[in-house]
Amino acid sequence: MTGDQNVLRVRDLRVHYGTGRGDIIAVNGVSFDVRAGETLGLVGESGSGKSTTAMALLRLVSPPGRIVGGTVMLHGEDLLAADERTLRRRRWSEVSLIPQGSMNSLNPVLRVGDQIVDVIRTHEGRARGAALTERVTGLLETVGLPPRVMRLYPHELSGGMKQRACIAMAIALSPSLIIADEPTSALDVVVQRVVARTLMEVKDRLNSSMILIGHDMALQAHLVDRIAVMYAGNIVEIGPVAEIFRDPRHPYTRHLIASVPSIHRRKPIVPSELRFPDHGRGTLLSRGRQMSSRRRPVDLYEVSPGHFAARADDETWAVTEEDPTHA
Amino acid sequence: MRGLTWGYVARRLGMYVFTLWLSATIMFFIPRLSGDPVEGMVARITMQSGHVAGGEELIAAWRERFGLDDPLFVQYLTYLRNMLTFDFGYSLANFPTEVNSLIGRAVPWTLGLLTVATVLSFVLGTVIGALLAWRRTPRLLRVLMPLSLTFTAIPFYILGILLIYLFVFTLRLFPVSGGYRSGLTPDAFDPAFVNSVIQHGTLPALSIVVASMGVWALGMRGMMITVEGEDYLTLANAKGLRPGRILFQYQIRNAMLPQVTALVLGLGGLVGGTVLVEYLFGYPGTGALLYQAITNADFTLIQGIVFILILTTVTAVLIIDLVYPLLDPRITYERR
Amino acid sequence: MDPTLTRIAEAEIEAEEAGARPASPWRNRKLVAGAVIVGVILVSTFIGGLVWDTTLARAATSPLNLPPFWVDGGSMDHPLGTENSGRDMLALIVVGSPTTLRVGLIVALISMLVGVVLGFLAGYLGGAVDAVIRILSDTAMTIPTLAIMIVIAAYIPEMNATTMALIIAVFAWAGPTRMIRAQVLSMREQGYVRMARLSAVSDTEIMFREMLPNLLPYLAASFIGGMSGGILAAVGLEALGLGPQRVPTLGMIVSQAIEGSAILRGMWWWWGFPAIILMVIFIGLFLIAIGLDEIANPRLRGART
Repeated sequence: MTGDQNVLRVRDLRVHYGTGRGDIIAVNGVSFDVRAGETLGLVGESGSGKSTTAMALLRLVSPPGRIVGGTVMLHGEDLLAADERTLRRRRWSEVSLIPQGSMNSLNPVLRVGDQIVDVIRTHEGRARGAALTERVTGLLETVGLPPRVMRLYPHELSGGMKQRACIAMAIALSPSLIIADEPTSALDVVVQRVVARTLMEVKDRLNSSMILIGHDMALQAHLVDRIAVMYAGNIVEIGPVAEIFRDPRHPYTRHLIASVPSIHRRKPIVPSELRFPDHGRGTLLSRGRQMSSRRRPVDLYEVSPGHFAARADDETWAVTEEDPTHA
Repeated sequence: MRGLTWGYVARRLGMYVFTLWLSATIMFFIPRLSGDPVEGMVARITMQSGHVAGGEELIAAWRERFGLDDPLFVQYLTYLRNMLTFDFGYSLANFPTEVNSLIGRAVPWTLGLLTVATVLSFVLGTVIGALLAWRRTPRLLRVLMPLSLTFTAIPFYILGILLIYLFVFTLRLFPVSGGYRSGLTPDAFDPAFVNSVIQHGTLPALSIVVASMGVWALGMRGMMITVEGEDYLTLANAKGLRPGRILFQYQIRNAMLPQVTALVLGLGGLVGGTVLVEYLFGYPGTGALLYQAITNADFTLIQGIVFILILTTVTAVLIIDLVYPLLDPRITYERR
Repeated sequence: MDPTLTRIAEAEIEAEEAGARPASPWRNRKLVAGAVIVGVILVSTFIGGLVWDTTLARAATSPLNLPPFWVDGGSMDHPLGTENSGRDMLALIVVGSPTTLRVGLIVALISMLVGVVLGFLAGYLGGAVDAVIRILSDTAMTIPTLAIMIVIAAYIPEMNATTMALIIAVFAWAGPTRMIRAQVLSMREQGYVRMARLSAVSDTEIMFREMLPNLLPYLAASFIGGMSGGILAAVGLEALGLGPQRVPTLGMIVSQAIEGSAILRGMWWWWGFPAIILMVIFIGLFLIAIGLDEIANPRLRGART
């Protein structure tokens, strides 16, 4: 180690979506670190920019989205500035992805085994067939899948099995960082638990770091070391998981936590003007690139060591106070 | 290979038999809808040539062949048996000649032209379509290719006329008509003959290829764009696979599947178009024969050719259907 | 896709409210271009019928084999020349184009209507009805229909344009049926149809009030497909000499030109004019079809090509 125990260092990451009439800011200058071996939870409602952030780390934002600024330093190397070749080599061998829609994330015309072999062959070169088979079987076993899964096609697997196959694929090259984008959201509750447990086990075994994206605070509380709360393209609060639950500062964080035990689980009630970084429609669509990239990210202040939160304007958050669970 | 289950094969074979039976049955009842088939026939022949070639004896032969005095279902069964054994009887216009020997001479030409042209246009069109949708395709190709797609709208037959005018009449680059230079004897090992066949076949094939290529290109482009939005393609990129591998194994392989389905559905049209092109170019295949049969009101010959055309199409469809599960492992699980 | 898309949608709504209305998808460039092309053909043949003497489309009303007026030997009496039986090309085209378009229209209308009825029945009722309709339409799509039409046409002693159109229409229903069935199937699972079902709205009301409007681009596409398919089949029958004998159609003119070896005799005006108009009609319909496809599948609209 070079004294820096951060595997990943993200600074001022910005992603815009072009709409033909100006840009939508999906990620508004987000900064965070991921330490070695740690699991960082990235939570927020749909459209908060958490998935876009994850995809931007791998430079996989698809049009009309584009990364307009920032740095993503992986072991001190900026992935956003890397050339295609380097980027391709770093993908999966250093940072792997467990996708959101695992139902659809496996190529339907290739056997599961071949899709795992694909990454090994690409990143490590030719390998003996027998050794490969053994390795793939081993990976499948790690995630609790029988060896025969190797010869099956994705449509022959259940949802939970597909997700586990994706996990097996994600750990195939022992990456230093795994990005898991709502890895359990499409599964039913029982399977969710099993998959989540599998995920944490393999992560610990590899001693990798992980970014776990989700909207379920309860699940996050069990699995992650630190939590970053995203709202409308900004990180509004970040800190150790215990701290965040003990002393949530931002109203939106409080809201997420408050909705956890509720039987009437509901989406956060937030006025729609607040869904945009500048709290108003007038500035929603930036006129050209320059102006939008000059938009300042939300300022965070330090609540306690390692715990940062954005100052919230009480007036704009007034509506959330109507939620009785806050009382 | 996995995927090809007995149930699937049985279903496909069932469809095959059903389609053949249905077409044969339609062809049996069409002449009978307007009353006595022989009367209809005579009316048409007199319309066209003023007198009946071959006279009464021919009509008697035709009547007997139909077994018109038998009950309808006996006629039907006899007819089905004849179709099943490829016994199409005598040609009306060339009396003692059997329909089979006429068709037998023509079918290889049609099959050859159809296969070469279809494979070429399918492969070329699919590649063009894939390139149109691929991000790394050079600009120049992108600008040029849509222009060529305009030909898609033009029927083979009309395009063939333009090609004849341009290459045969104006530039005099290609022979006027036929399948090979007259004076040569058909011999697959004679280079002069092969050369002549290629020369004669180029324009007919070209009109089919140019006119149908665009359909495949358009379909492929659409599917490529659709597949690009799929999660497995994003994951393939995240996996850091080489662009070529992603293109072929992930994007094209999936985008190809609806193309193959489209080929199955388009074969009937291709066969029809090929028949017209053959007639236009005086090609010795079934097209020219069919035209002759129609002008001579040679109904046995028409029936024989049409049945063979249907058989060819349906058989090609069956073959593609049986190969398809090797491309798409999901197919045998659907439709249950 | 990313939930950010919902935000884009919201933004577009806001932008719309702010006055910057996004262009209607129906204002697709290809669609408009195609419609203009077909429209121009329709209008000009109509005008042609008013200003030009259509009796010249009968045999032996004009000198034989005259070239167009700008070629040596041509005259303004027959601006587009004449063919080998003494018919005036301009008159033939003025009479033939609407006939050809009419054949296309009849086929399109019938095949679309049958397609809507069968497609709805299959998609909405499912079960055995669906199975039968699906097997029949699959079969109809694999058979080379031109071949069967040839058999039918060959038994008809005297063909006219309407009869020909009807024969073609009998075999043109399978495509629209499949398309509409697939759309109905996917719509049936969508929220608004389910809601309507739950709220005990009658089946026919669901079909016509809720589903039909959403099918519009597909109906339009199948109409256009039926029209070009119909004209294509007609040209095919006509090429083999099975077209209408008394009234000229574009395909019949071309077919007679080919029979009269017009190409090798250098009489390009004989086959050229009708062939060009046919091509223009086909290209116009093709553009409309592509435009409709882009309206139905917005993803294809990408600026990439």
